Amino acid sequence: MATTAHNNLNAKLVLLGDMGAGKSSLVLRFVKGQFLEFQESTIGAAFFSQTVSVNNSTVKFEIWDTAGQERYHSLAPMYYRGAAAAIIVYDITSTDSFARAKKWVQELQKQGNPNLVMALAGNKADMEDKRNVTAEEARAYADENGLFFIETSAKTAINVNDIFYEIARRLPRAQPAQTTAGMVLVDRQGEGSRAATCCA
Amino acid sequence: MDEEYDVIVLGTGLKECILSGLLSVDGLKVLHMDRNDYYGGESTSLNLVQLWKKFRGSDNPPSNLGSSRDYNVDMMPKFIMANGALVRVLIHTDVTKYLYFKAVDGSYVYSKGKVHKVPATDMEALKSPLMGIFEKRRARKFFIYVQAYNENDPKTHEGMDLTRVTTREFIAKFGLDDNTMDFIGHALALYRDDHYLDEPALDTVKRVKLYEESLARFGGGSPYIYPLYGLGELPQAFARLSAVYGGTYMLNKPECKVEFDEEGKVMGVASEGETAKCKKVVCDPSYLTNKVRKVGKVARAIAIMSHPIPNTNDSHSVQIILPQKQLGRRSDMYVFCSSYSHNVAPKGKFIAFVSTEAETDHPETELKPGIDLLGPVDEIFFDIYDRYEPVNEPSLDNCFISTSYDPTTHFESTVVDVLNMYTMITGKVLDLNVDLSAASAAEE
Repeated sequence: MATTAHNNLNAKLVLLGDMGAGKSSLVLRFVKGQFLEFQESTIGAAFFSQTVSVNNSTVKFEIWDTAGQERYHSLAPMYYRGAAAAIIVYDITSTDSFARAKKWVQELQKQGNPNLVMALAGNKADMEDKRNVTAEEARAYADENGLFFIETSAKTAINVNDIFYEIARRLPRAQPAQTTAGMVLVDRQGEGSRAATCCA
Repeated sequence: MDEEYDVIVLGTGLKECILSGLLSVDGLKVLHMDRNDYYGGESTSLNLVQLWKKFRGSDNPPSNLGSSRDYNVDMMPKFIMANGALVRVLIHTDVTKYLYFKAVDGSYVYSKGKVHKVPATDMEALKSPLMGIFEKRRARKFFIYVQAYNENDPKTHEGMDLTRVTTREFIAKFGLDDNTMDFIGHALALYRDDHYLDEPALDTVKRVKLYEESLARFGGGSPYIYPLYGLGELPQAFARLSAVYGGTYMLNKPECKVEFDEEGKVMGVASEGETAKCKKVVCDPSYLTNKVRKVGKVARAIAIMSHPIPNTNDSHSVQIILPQKQLGRRSDMYVFCSSYSHNVAPKGKFIAFVSTEAETDHPETELKPGIDLLGPVDEIFFDIYDRYEPVNEPSLDNCFISTSYDPTTHFESTVVDVLNMYTMITGKVLDLNVDLSAASAAEE
């Protein structure tokens, strides 16, 4: 859930898409500026945070990667819970991954959060010679379903930051007052990134 | 799934998910499957449609109850002791970052037909209507002793060796009557029956201290905390931990069958025509029904209400313990209530549970003393389920089976079972010496 304090917004962002579409690579490129040609399946780190500034305010993204639980369709409801934004990733060289992306969009629509900002990312845009999904087709689908669409390449970094900045711009600033605010148990001896955080 | 794993875990109940997480973090290759298409097994939280399917055989709950998705009705209702073992496990594994908690408003005890706030400190003892004026002073001395008691500092023992003195003798030293002993044993030390009276007093003192320290932790009206969206979040959070460390997840796998070699050792698990090999299997009792025995049954009622439980100071979340002796029973009865303030029901709705170790086959009559405390209900469901414990020898068959959840309203016994299983599986003891005083909760 996105929460505001003094023009600062905390927003949970979830990644969805087929295995191998490049979800983790997009996050790694955005958060660490890295790209690994043979990125292993996500192990050990599936929770990143990164802050961006747009229009005199900052948005701190808490980014959840699927940790592989999408492989056998076993993502937990907790994954979607409270998400303010979602990036659905497919691989422009694979029509299968585009078809699966549409399924993930349906899954998100079932969660019933009208304020959810959804982005469709056609990843691996550097592999033009192997393209199997046209940008026109994807854009038409995105327009019909209220997503914004962009083609990205985690390898060349093209449009990667842009997608996160665009999401930050689109997040509703005035969230309806939350009825409940919970607390997070934190270990104060932990690293700085685990300082007291709050949710709503 | 045609691969070889170190461990295959069957069932995504809380115990199995904690173990799956711990084992994946240890670097073991884990496959985790469940026959259901949802996480949590017996410890899941159901939405309204799922609840209706389970108890009413229809998927059409009345519309006046609100939206199905706003409900998270725990199938294994419990609260979390703020300084207890589960919080230690949550901090140790860093799973806390996936969860949001709120303090529980109230902790009450049933005495002589009435509901009273549980007094846990010397100051509260003086104010409590549970005791007469002289008994209050005696109870105050008891609480002062317990608060000062430090196992490693003999000066605080005042000449008593609590590893030898029984609880009965210990409480007699303070001159406390049976009623006071009853609420100390059942509502503070959280014993489920009266065996503790003849056990060494040290365990009782430690339990009362845990209650007091948990109560002081968040300055709420109870020693408990509870996650937003219900307890079903807990297994999901530990499953995520396991997945993050490489665990493979498959829900909706019907007929998971454990396969054995000629010596009776686990070889693997078959499902839908495929077999995954493994060295060890961890599961709940429902996956190896021929290696468990029935040890009891739990009777429970689940009620949807539009008001807080009467006489609990309008608590939006509360526990009431009805000690066995107050009801003339052999085991305690527990009332548990949570509500929209913990996001388990739509605005204005409350979910109450009454549970006890069943002594008859008639939950409706047996649970009456607890249900009578609830006031009018919108809907109520009754249920009896069996509890099992393993009877196999894990060193011979490499099967590690959890014990069914008991009807207690907190997680202390759950975590003890998990830690014992972890030690049996790995030969290691999990060090849960996290710095609880350094850990705190932030609230806005």
